[in-house]
Amino acid sequence: MSEGAGTIGKEAKLEKNNVIQAVNRALTDAMEADDRVLILGEDVADPEEGGIAGITKGLSTRFGERRVRSTPISEQAIVGAAIGASLIGWKPVAEIMLMNFTTVAMDMIVNHAAKLRYMSGGQTNVPIVIRTMTGSGFSSGGQHSDYFEAWFAHTAGMKVVAPSNPADAYGMMREAIDDPDPVLFIENLPSYWVQGPAAEKGHRVPIGKANVSMAGTDVTIVSYSRVLNEVLAAQAMMAEAGVSAEIVDLRTIAPWDQQAVLKSVRKTGRCLVVHEAVKPFGVGAEIAAVVQKELFGLLKAPVERLGAPLASVPFSRPLEEAFAPRAQEIARTAILMVKGG
Amino acid sequence: MMQPDAKTQLEIYRRMSLLVTNDERSRQVIKAGRLVMPYYSYRGQEVIPATLMTLLNDDDYLCTIYRGIHDMLAKGMPLKKLWAEIAGRVDGTCKGKGGPMHLTYPSRGIMVTTGIVGSTMPIANGLAWGAQLEGKGQVSIATFGDGASNIGAFHESLNMAAVWKLPVVFVCQNNLYGEHTRYERSTSAARIADRGIAYDMPGVRVDGNDPFAMYAAAKEAVDRARRGGGPTLLECMTYRFHGHVFGDADAYMDKAEKQAAIQADPFPRYRADLIARNIATEAELDAIDAKFAAEIDEAVEFALKSPFPEQNELITDVYGELA
Ligand SMILES: Cc1ncc(C[n+]2csc(CCOP(=O)(O)OP(=O)(O)O)c2C)c(N)n1
Ligand SMILES: [Mg+2]
Repeated sequence: MSEGAGTIGKEAKLEKNNVIQAVNRALTDAMEADDRVLILGEDVADPEEGGIAGITKGLSTRFGERRVRSTPISEQAIVGAAIGASLIGWKPVAEIMLMNFTTVAMDMIVNHAAKLRYMSGGQTNVPIVIRTMTGSGFSSGGQHSDYFEAWFAHTAGMKVVAPSNPADAYGMMREAIDDPDPVLFIENLPSYWVQGPAAEKGHRVPIGKANVSMAGTDVTIVSYSRVLNEVLAAQAMMAEAGVSAEIVDLRTIAPWDQQAVLKSVRKTGRCLVVHEAVKPFGVGAEIAAVVQKELFGLLKAPVERLGAPLASVPFSRPLEEAFAPRAQEIARTAILMVKGG
Repeated sequence: MMQPDAKTQLEIYRRMSLLVTNDERSRQVIKAGRLVMPYYSYRGQEVIPATLMTLLNDDDYLCTIYRGIHDMLAKGMPLKKLWAEIAGRVDGTCKGKGGPMHLTYPSRGIMVTTGIVGSTMPIANGLAWGAQLEGKGQVSIATFGDGASNIGAFHESLNMAAVWKLPVVFVCQNNLYGEHTRYERSTSAARIADRGIAYDMPGVRVDGNDPFAMYAAAKEAVDRARRGGGPTLLECMTYRFHGHVFGDADAYMDKAEKQAAIQADPFPRYRADLIARNIATEAELDAIDAKFAAEIDEAVEFALKSPFPEQNELITDVYGELA
């Protein structure tokens, strides 16, 4: 980028960045725009290097440790502190280092963050963001890699988002921070460093709106988070087999964009849902139920789902590689749906 | 010991009278079948909020529990709103959707009432954090029982509050039982107050049935929080006269101990003391009692005449509107 001296003080235009940088920029821009935005979590301040992946690096130096606070390893206390501050108008972004650690804070999330608006008859609300990361492929084994989005999507009062690329991560974080309700923001650890087009400053991606990543005619593939990228890879394989896939990036899991999914399936007549979370009782089950109910007469094939088997995430490399749906399997399944067995 | 002035002494009485009368009426109304609800009587524990809340302002924050109607009333929840809420009516604080375990009334700082043991503390910390950032000297109170001091959230919260020097007071109302389990059978420490030591926080055990001792201890803790001196753990020794939940047969409780506690009921004792020391005449105190009795009767009738919420309330307030 060749910018002259005249541009000093202006932000150099970023062409590409990764999710770490995108989330860092979103947090920075949000804190700059609104001094009620706070950050808390384990290691988030600069003396602790802004977290294990450096997502919050630089923020405490820039905005002060009053607003960017490293916490004890106390997940209930972290989410509780976020809830309490949010009840009186602050906008905390709490980091729960890994999604498996949300289990330790379930009471705060499910019984309190999600329910206080309802139980108070709308007198209070909990505008917090809980950032967390997860995903298989990092050799972390059974307690550091799970996708638990279905639990939270099953909780009235919670919103759940899972961006698949840096630009969406930026735009959705900005929206999540301004959302009046608790938003669980799921980041994928193994794909943190994948580059993608950078969002413009101030870019917004509304919560509850899916995105058609790729238009097609024969089968709709609905996905989100990292696996969406497997779906994109599968699309090329399918094209070789003469099958045209329309790819819907759900982006928000709760509330999910039924209209966008139904519109696409109405066009293709086929629907495959792909996620990394274990398949039984997963997000795919809910989408499949709605699609078959709404479009029963129109479907050219049963709605299919792909997800991890009902197992813990294994450590051994070949097993871990076989855990989440891969492009090959996605392509094979979708082609079969179109061409028959 | 910091003794409350005469005006405050009377203010404490006023609150005790309100709480005692309200509890009596609650049990009557439930017994008569006019209201169906789980009722966790606070009778016997009135001194704690009656003193503490005289030290608080409307914009100080409170997180309390299912056994917490005494805390709320003492903090200024209006009787009609309270009764309509516990009757599940639309005129209640929460349009009837919260009920007796989830009353909320932000205009008096009553921010959260939880039915989950131990969950007031993490949220009270957050309110204290917000207050600390605001810098106006507000304080945040978490009340909870003795049993709650064995929950992880208690320990996480005390540690965080101490590290962050939060303006919060942890008010443990030790009534010697958690549900049916006696204190010693569940709690390693002889005194919950001593658990403050582990978190480098002042831990104070006080006779929660002695208005002056309770007032002095609460004042020290609230003042410390207000001036930025950090959190305090207060263990207020008390007793519940009516078991865990209304209708509880009490078989697990020591009969003699319970009798002795009821004999030592702080309310008539305090009343006699005020009269003996010429703080108020019997007639003046009678007038206070009568006024509350009438207000409570009015609130009960108001509540029972208030309509139930419309069916669409079932699915409203799940999410807010986007700005
Ligand atoms: C997390 C959790 N576990 C169990 C219960 C069931 N429960 C309700 S009240 C109670 C006893 C709590 O005792 P204590 O903290 O001493 O308060 P008290 O009722 O005596 O005021 C129990 C076990 C609950 N509500 N929440
Ligand atoms: Mg108890």
